Amino acid sequence: MSIEITGVSKRFGDFVALDDVSLSIPSGRLTALLGPSGGGKSTLLRIVAGLESADVGTVSIEGAEATHLPPQKRNVGFVFQHYAAFKHMSVAKNVAFGLEIRKRPKAEVKRRVEELLDLVHLGQFAHRLPAQLSGGQRQRMALARALAVEPSVLLLDEPFGALDAKVRKELRDWLRRLHDEVHVTTVFVTHDQEEALEVADEIVVINDGRIEQVGTPDELYDAPANDFVMGFLGPVTRLNGALIRPHDIDVSTHDGLLGAVPGVVTRTLRVGFEVRLTVDTPSDGDVTVVLTRATARALGVEDGSRVWLSPNLGAGALPVLAARSATAAR
Amino acid sequence: MARRASLVTWLLRLAVVGYLFLLVAWPSWLVVQKTFEHGLAGIAEALSDPDVTHALRLTGYVSVVAVAINLVFGVGVSLLLVRYEFPGKRLLSAMVDVPLSVSPVVVGLALVLVYNGRFGWFGPALEAHGVQVIFATPGMIMATCFVALPLVIREVVPVLEEVGDEQEQAARSLGANAVQTFRRVTLPSIKWAVVYGVVLSLARSLGEFGAVKVVSGNVTGQTQLATLVVQQKYQNFQQETAYSVSFLLAFAAVLCIVVVSLLRPKEER
Repeated sequence: MSIEITGVSKRFGDFVALDDVSLSIPSGRLTALLGPSGGGKSTLLRIVAGLESADVGTVSIEGAEATHLPPQKRNVGFVFQHYAAFKHMSVAKNVAFGLEIRKRPKAEVKRRVEELLDLVHLGQFAHRLPAQLSGGQRQRMALARALAVEPSVLLLDEPFGALDAKVRKELRDWLRRLHDEVHVTTVFVTHDQEEALEVADEIVVINDGRIEQVGTPDELYDAPANDFVMGFLGPVTRLNGALIRPHDIDVSTHDGLLGAVPGVVTRTLRVGFEVRLTVDTPSDGDVTVVLTRATARALGVEDGSRVWLSPNLGAGALPVLAARSATAAR
Repeated sequence: MARRASLVTWLLRLAVVGYLFLLVAWPSWLVVQKTFEHGLAGIAEALSDPDVTHALRLTGYVSVVAVAINLVFGVGVSLLLVRYEFPGKRLLSAMVDVPLSVSPVVVGLALVLVYNGRFGWFGPALEAHGVQVIFATPGMIMATCFVALPLVIREVVPVLEEVGDEQEQAARSLGANAVQTFRRVTLPSIKWAVVYGVVLSLARSLGEFGAVKVVSGNVTGQTQLATLVVQQKYQNFQQETAYSVSFLLAFAAVLCIVVVSLLRPKEER
């Protein structure tokens, strides 16, 4: 195990950011800390980096006790949401920073910086200032800077949070490919479940200062431990008293299947390739259903249509646990 | 968003220009005019007076030392105020502004009360060890430091706040210790604020009158600073010398500001 977190708690005044969190993060993997804002995931990452100290509990990195080490002695790479570029230094100088602090020979620094800038596709921007780069380029520079010191773990705090949707998607793919090349143990914080599902080998869902579930993206998506995890990983609705994903519901315009729930379409909304239906049912109230545009057109559903709803074969559903389900479906 | 200049904006401009002209430009111009009434003769005469040259040299020395002290403490206090949380922080922040609101004469008197050689708190003890504060250079430096204290801090604090501490955290995570982080990351990002603070402090120190008048004893040729020479010469009907020294003081201050404005890179202005 690369990072061992044991019994860590952290309070800011009256606010409990982390409540007795224990977690093992495996070596060489890409792990996502996923959860809503204010849930404690960034605090946990900053405690691992030494930028914040835990009130109680211990952290060890690569088997070495690190709880009371200052950040500069932990050999971690940290990437900030807002890049934290050294504004007065060129891109090459930014990347060289950690190596120059370590007093590596000039020739080695030069070679390594060139290597890293090529790795992040910024070779031709070496002499620019960070202000002359786009957000995505700045974040790639920050990543190269963090990788330059050959950290034992790489920590990224909402690394793509400040970027626009398209660049975010590109960088996400790129981070995954980079990790497959470099293999450094990487932990990144995100509140975007799609980002976590797409990039991570393993996801840790954190909410209200506690860990809700740890698992691979498939495990979490197919077998969420509770309705919070199910609700956080994607949209949910209720059918036959169970939580289900809106796209896992089959719609039929005639009463064919046993146990299908009848209802009336009260609203249709087209968003790109999908059609979102709100169906009023006597048993479950309003049920949200998502169809592809082609399916919706073939069925001919529109406002006022009578439809029968049934769970798709192979759909994962979670029995509703008391009243929490209403808040879990965001 | 270019707005068309209406009658109101013209009136406002006229008011501002008129105000600045009557209050700043015209009086300053008259000093320059009086200084050069007989060409360079006035300045030459002033500079041939040993009391004047001594006062100018002393002013330069006191100002530079005071600015150096304020530079170190100003940057230190700014870092403390922005980067650290501690009880009494608001009080400290308010204390920093005291020199701006208290009359310099009061500052002078307060220093005399604490450090004078006969009945001050520390004065007799210091004098027993051969250190004279009041009526000597250390007192003048202290008084000058006091009045110029907030200038570096008030320039640096907002810049430190704006820059934030992420760059410093990044430096720490890359292996830099506190000193390396300050030298390589913090200082370059507050550089121009520090330079501006120093220039303002220097200008303020050169022109200080009230506080140094009380602590210096104003002994001609010994503890007399340039501003005090101006007053004395003016009262002794040596107006031309008074104007010349005034001009030199103002010129030095304006020169600093102009040089810094020219040096400062455009995008950071």
